[in-house]
Amino acid sequence: MKKPRINLNNIASFAVLVLLLIVLSILSPAFLKSANLINIMQQVTVNAIVAIGMTVVILTGGIDLSVGSIIALSGMVMAKLMVDKDISSGISILTGLLIGAVIGLINGILIAKFKLQPMIATLGMMQVTRGLDLTLAQGRTVSGFKPFFRSFGVANIPGTTVPIQIILMIALYILIFFLLRYRRFGRFIYSIGGNEEAARLSGVSVNVYKILAYVLCGVTAAIASIVMTAKLNSAVPTAGEGYELDAVASSVIGGISLTGGVGSVWGTLMGAMIIGVIKNGLNLLNVSSYLQQVVTGLIVIAAVLADTLKNSVSNKSI
Amino acid sequence: MAESQECILKMEDISIRFPGVLALDHARFDLNRGEVHVLLGENGAGKSTIMKILAGINPSYTGTVYYKGSAISCNHIQEQKKRGISMIFQEMNLLKNLTTAENIFMAQRPLTKMGNIDWKKMQQKARELLDSIGSDISEKALVSSLSVGQMQMVEIAKALSFESDIIIMDEPTSALTEKEVEHLFAIIRKLKEKGVAIVYISHRMEEIMKISDRITIFRDGKYIATKNKSETSIGEIIALMVGRELKDYYPRIEKVPGRIRLEARNISRGNILKNISFYARAGEITGFYGLMGAGRTELMRSVFGADPIDEGEIYIDGAPKQIKNCRQGKSCGIALLTEDRKHQGLILEFDLNDNISITNLSKIMNRLGISQRKEAENSQKLIETVNVKTPSLKQKVKNLSGGNQQKVVIAKWLNSESSVIIFDEPTRGIDVGSKIEIYKLMNELKLEDKAVIMVSSELTECMGISDRMYVMHEGEITGCIEPGEIKKITEEDIMKYATGSVNEEGDTDNEKTQNQSE
Repeated sequence: MKKPRINLNNIASFAVLVLLLIVLSILSPAFLKSANLINIMQQVTVNAIVAIGMTVVILTGGIDLSVGSIIALSGMVMAKLMVDKDISSGISILTGLLIGAVIGLINGILIAKFKLQPMIATLGMMQVTRGLDLTLAQGRTVSGFKPFFRSFGVANIPGTTVPIQIILMIALYILIFFLLRYRRFGRFIYSIGGNEEAARLSGVSVNVYKILAYVLCGVTAAIASIVMTAKLNSAVPTAGEGYELDAVASSVIGGISLTGGVGSVWGTLMGAMIIGVIKNGLNLLNVSSYLQQVVTGLIVIAAVLADTLKNSVSNKSI
Repeated sequence: MAESQECILKMEDISIRFPGVLALDHARFDLNRGEVHVLLGENGAGKSTIMKILAGINPSYTGTVYYKGSAISCNHIQEQKKRGISMIFQEMNLLKNLTTAENIFMAQRPLTKMGNIDWKKMQQKARELLDSIGSDISEKALVSSLSVGQMQMVEIAKALSFESDIIIMDEPTSALTEKEVEHLFAIIRKLKEKGVAIVYISHRMEEIMKISDRITIFRDGKYIATKNKSETSIGEIIALMVGRELKDYYPRIEKVPGRIRLEARNISRGNILKNISFYARAGEITGFYGLMGAGRTELMRSVFGADPIDEGEIYIDGAPKQIKNCRQGKSCGIALLTEDRKHQGLILEFDLNDNISITNLSKIMNRLGISQRKEAENSQKLIETVNVKTPSLKQKVKNLSGGNQQKVVIAKWLNSESSVIIFDEPTRGIDVGSKIEIYKLMNELKLEDKAVIMVSSELTECMGISDRMYVMHEGEITGCIEPGEIKKITEEDIMKYATGSVNEEGDTDNEKTQNQSE
C-alpha cells in the first residue's frame, strides 16, 4: 500500500520497464531516439489518464468498463458543441467533463446504492453510453477545432519541446497520488477495498466514497477524451473502443490488486508505460497490430499470475 | 478411566518452523484409546499446529509419530483420514449447498456397479451414522439450513464415516449454545465408549473440567505438562498455561456509577428485537448475557447504526439522537467492537497504523493532510496503552495473534474517543493472558467514566466483570440484575432468564429455545 517507502510492486514494474527499454534499444536502433521517446509518451498519455480513474475504482474493489464509451460520448458532445453549435472551447470542455461525471455518478449509484455487481453495472452503462454516442454521431466524424482546444493534444509548453498533454498527465498523477496518500479520501478508498464491512463499521460512509470513485473515473475518462479528440483533431463515433481493457491492464501490470485495497498510482503509470513501450517496440520491429494484441494479453495474464503467486507464497508464510 | 490404557498415538520430538518462528520446539503428545485429551495453551502456543501435523496438513515437520505402535509419516490429509485420524476445524469445511449425506461422503461416495453415485446407499449409510451419534438431522437436509451446532454433528458423522479412531476437535463449542454443547458432550461420551480417542482444543475452563480425562499444556511451542483431570485444578492449569500465578481472574473495581450515558427506549426490529429498553451509565460496565440467537449482537448493531430499526429512540446524555448509519453512531460517541474481528473489525491485509487511524483521521491531520509523523505517534501511544505485542506499526494485522488483534480493535476504538464503548464478545477465541488484559482495559475505561457495555456468551465472565447485567432471550430483555444483586445471584437463576423459563409456562418456553437457536 502506501507505507513502505519502497514499494516492491513498483520496483518490479520499473525493472521490467528498464529491461524492456534495454532490449528494445538493442533490437531497434530507432528506439532510443528522443523523437521516438516523446512519441511513446504521447501515445501513452490517453491510456495513462484513463488508468488513473480506473485505479481508484479498482482500489475500492470495483471495475469500470464504461470508460471507453465515456471517451467517445464526451468527445462527440464536445466536438458537436464546438463545430456545429459554435460554442466556446471552455464551455464545451466543461460539458464534456460533466458528461463523464454524470455517467460515473450513475455507475456509482447503481453499484453503491443498488448493490449491482460493478462488472455488470458498468457493462450496461458502457452499452448505453456507446449507444447514445452513436445516435448523436449518426455515423459522422466531426472535425476542425479551434487552436485552444487542439493545444491539449498537439501543443508544447511555450518555449520548450515538452507537450502539454504530458504535463497534464503528470499533474493528474501527482494530484491523485496526493489525494490517495494524504487525504481522508485515499484512506477511505483503500479501506473500502481492504474490507468494506470493516470500513462501514468504522464509520466510513462507504457509499459516498464508492460513488466518488466512479465519478472520478468518469471525469478522468473525459479528460482523456479531451486529449485524444484534440490530438486527432476529430471526434470519431467509435473512439475509445477497448480502452477500458488497456486501463485495467495498466493497473494490473502496475500491481493494483483486482480484489481492492492494494497498489499505488505510480505502479499504474509504470504499467501504462510498459504497455506503451511494448506497442511501440513491436511497431518498430514490424510486428502486426493483431499480434500486438496477443502480446498485451499475455502480459496481463503474466502480471496477474505473478500477483497470485506472490500472494500464495506470502499466505503460506503465516 | 485410568485402568489398562492402550496407547494409540505417540508424537515425539516434534518441531516445525514457520518463516520467522519456531512454532513447535521438540514438543510431544500422546493419546490413549477411548480418552478425551484436552490440549490447552495460549494462542500461539502451538496446539493447533501440532494437531494439524497429525492431520497431515503441515507435512514439513521433524520428529516421529507412532500410530498404533508403528512409525508413520503425516504427509497428506486424505492419507491420515484413511488411517483413521480426522480433524474438525474451527471454520467448518462443509459445502452449504449440498445435503448432509453428500457432505458426509464428500471424499468417498458409495458407487453403483456402473460407477455412478449410489444415492440410496449413501443416504442410508448417512442415516446410520447420524443415528449412531443420536442426531435427528435429516440426511436430506441442506447444510445451509442447519444451525452451527447441527453442522458440528455433520462434521462428526463425516469423521466417523472414515471409521476414525482419533478425532481432533479444534474449539468445537465456540459457536454453540449451551444446549448444543450438552448434546456434543453426550456424543463425545458415546464416542469414548466406542474406543475413539478425542483430542479437544478449547479455551473454556468449565468445559474442559467437565469433559476431559487428561490435559496437556503447551506454551510457546513447547510441551509443558500432562495432568490427569482428577488430580488438578483450574488454578494449576492456568498457572501452567501462562507460566505464572494468576490471582484475580476477573479483576473488579468498585466505583460509584455516574449519570446515564446511553439510553435506548422501545427498540424493535422485525421479530429479532422486541420492544427493548435499556440504559448504560458512565463509570459502569453493563453486561448483556444471553444464548446464541437471543438478539444481543443485533441490538448493539442497531444502537450503533449498523442495522436499521423499525421503531425506538436512542438518547445520548439525555438528548435524543438520530442514528441511521455507523458514521452517525460514531459521531454520537458510540464505539462498537464487533464480535467478528477478522471480517468486521479489522482490515487484515493492512498494517496497524491504517487499522487504528481510520476511526479518527482528523486527529492525525495537519493543514495539508495526513501527517505520517503524527500518525505514528498516535498509533504508538495507543498500542502501548492496550499493550499490543508487535514488531512494528507497519506489521500487517493478519500476522498478529488473536489476542493482539483484539487489542488492535480496542486501540482503534480508543482512538475514536467515544464515551459509550460496546464490546461484543471481546474475549472469544483469545488466550487467558490476553483475556485478563482486556478485562483490565475495560476497568480502566470504567474509571475514566466511560459507559462500557459488554456482550458475552460466557456466563462466569459476564457475571465476573459486569456491574449491572441484562439477560436477553429471543429478542427480549428477560432479566435485569442491579448492582446490589449481582454478587448474590446464582448462575442457575440467570440461565432461567436466558432460557425464558422464569414465567409460569417455563417448561414449554424452554423447549422453544432449543428449537429456535440460530
